[in-house]
Amino acid sequence: MSFIKKSPWMFHYDGSSCNGCDIEVLACLMPMYDIERFGVINTGNPKHSDILLITGSINRQNEDVVKTLYGQMGNPKVVIAIGTCAASGGIFAECYNILGGVNTTIPVDLYVPGCAARPEAIIDGVIQALDILEEKQKQRKKGKVTK
Amino acid sequence: MAKRTIIPFGPQHPVLPEPIHLDLVLEDEMVVEAIPSIGFVHRGLELLCKKKSFKDLIYVAERVCGICSFMHGMAFSQGIEKIMDVSVPDRALYLRVFWSEMSRIHSHILWLGLTADAIGFESLFCHCWRIREKILNIIEDTTGGRVIFGVCKVGGVRRDVDDDTFKRILGQLKEIESDYNNIVDVFRRDYTVKHRFSGVGVLPREDVCPLGAVGPVGRASGVSQDMRKLGYAAYNNLDFEPVTESAGDCYARCMVRIREVNLSFDLIRQAVEKIPDGPVDVKVKGLPEGEVFSRVEQPRGEVVYYLKGNGTKFLDRFRIRTPTFTHIAALVQMLAGCDLADVPVIVLSIDPCISCAER
Repeated sequence: MSFIKKSPWMFHYDGSSCNGCDIEVLACLMPMYDIERFGVINTGNPKHSDILLITGSINRQNEDVVKTLYGQMGNPKVVIAIGTCAASGGIFAECYNILGGVNTTIPVDLYVPGCAARPEAIIDGVIQALDILEEKQKQRKKGKVTK
Repeated sequence: MAKRTIIPFGPQHPVLPEPIHLDLVLEDEMVVEAIPSIGFVHRGLELLCKKKSFKDLIYVAERVCGICSFMHGMAFSQGIEKIMDVSVPDRALYLRVFWSEMSRIHSHILWLGLTADAIGFESLFCHCWRIREKILNIIEDTTGGRVIFGVCKVGGVRRDVDDDTFKRILGQLKEIESDYNNIVDVFRRDYTVKHRFSGVGVLPREDVCPLGAVGPVGRASGVSQDMRKLGYAAYNNLDFEPVTESAGDCYARCMVRIREVNLSFDLIRQAVEKIPDGPVDVKVKGLPEGEVFSRVEQPRGEVVYYLKGNGTKFLDRFRIRTPTFTHIAALVQMLAGCDLADVPVIVLSIDPCISCAER
């Protein structure tokens, strides 16, 4: 992990997960795992945040919500799909209301595997996201605008 | 009459870990009406019974909700066992009690933390979740999973816990309980907590049954209804009384959950003391034919499973009625007439589990 110049803010949205990954994301913020030691802070506002943690798959009802939240985030931004459901639909892939993984709706930068994803894996994902964010910032400075 | 304003609350809101949308109709600062709209987590998993065999369906049942996943798996396997007339070994029944009480403790402590966060009491939030991690360590030790255990199956349980481990766990639980009692003293004594919770979101006793409130919400209004008293698993061999309060406000609901954690610690001790030796599962032969209602007390209240088998490996019907779904009606009534600032506290006081409610 490179030394980052900026403290990225993250926010979390529950797609249609079973809660398992959500409470693991929250557990990452707690004293035991303490993701804040990497300079990341959890916020409730998409407009303030650089990293979107999204758990669960996309369904017909929340498709627009996810698109809106993604649009409200400023550039550059990183999307992390957490859990098997967010990657492919997982055990619910065959359900009638599920459209598939998060990448069916918005571009995803990182996938964290697991059902439910373990906090260690989520922390690893966030740290890799810091590098991607740094890279995206550099590209923007060079004039190559990336999303 | 003051001018009416509509404030949208959710689906993405800092206080909500899960998406639910409420349109709050306000007159000045007072909520006149709350109009819920749900379906942001709806997956339609009940229809998966047509695609997955009844033995695989337990993995789906466990993933109805990640917080009380073990209870969902247990309610499902209990139902199938009843249809197929399988008699589960006693040791497996006691292990089911052990794991369901462990997940009740972890769910309630999780809720206490989130509630503290809803009133901006962040250090209390962190302390509650610190204790919860110790519970999760024990769960991981015995099942291999942290939130989704995958340990329940039709005909018993997958894993056994030996006596030495139980002994060690009892020692750990003793420490955790004293740690827990210190922390919940804050909820009992702190002026801010009392001030924010008392008299907020009152649900009178006579409204509990018409609105279908169950579990801790009903018990906080004085309705002593606890499905564990039905004696499923090994609960008929354990000695306990449902925890009740009478005020019916957020503070009473908080107190019910705080005392239920102590009750769960006690039930685990009783179960470990009485657990018999023997196998933990039986082989299940044949296919389910017939229908059954299976009722289990979840951390949030009563969950009802309706299962209908038709003699093939695919079930005809797999219907789940979860506590949060019935609590939405109660929530709408509690919200009418409250202050806008109290909305997060009231929403959290029913312990909303939206992925349960919408399946």
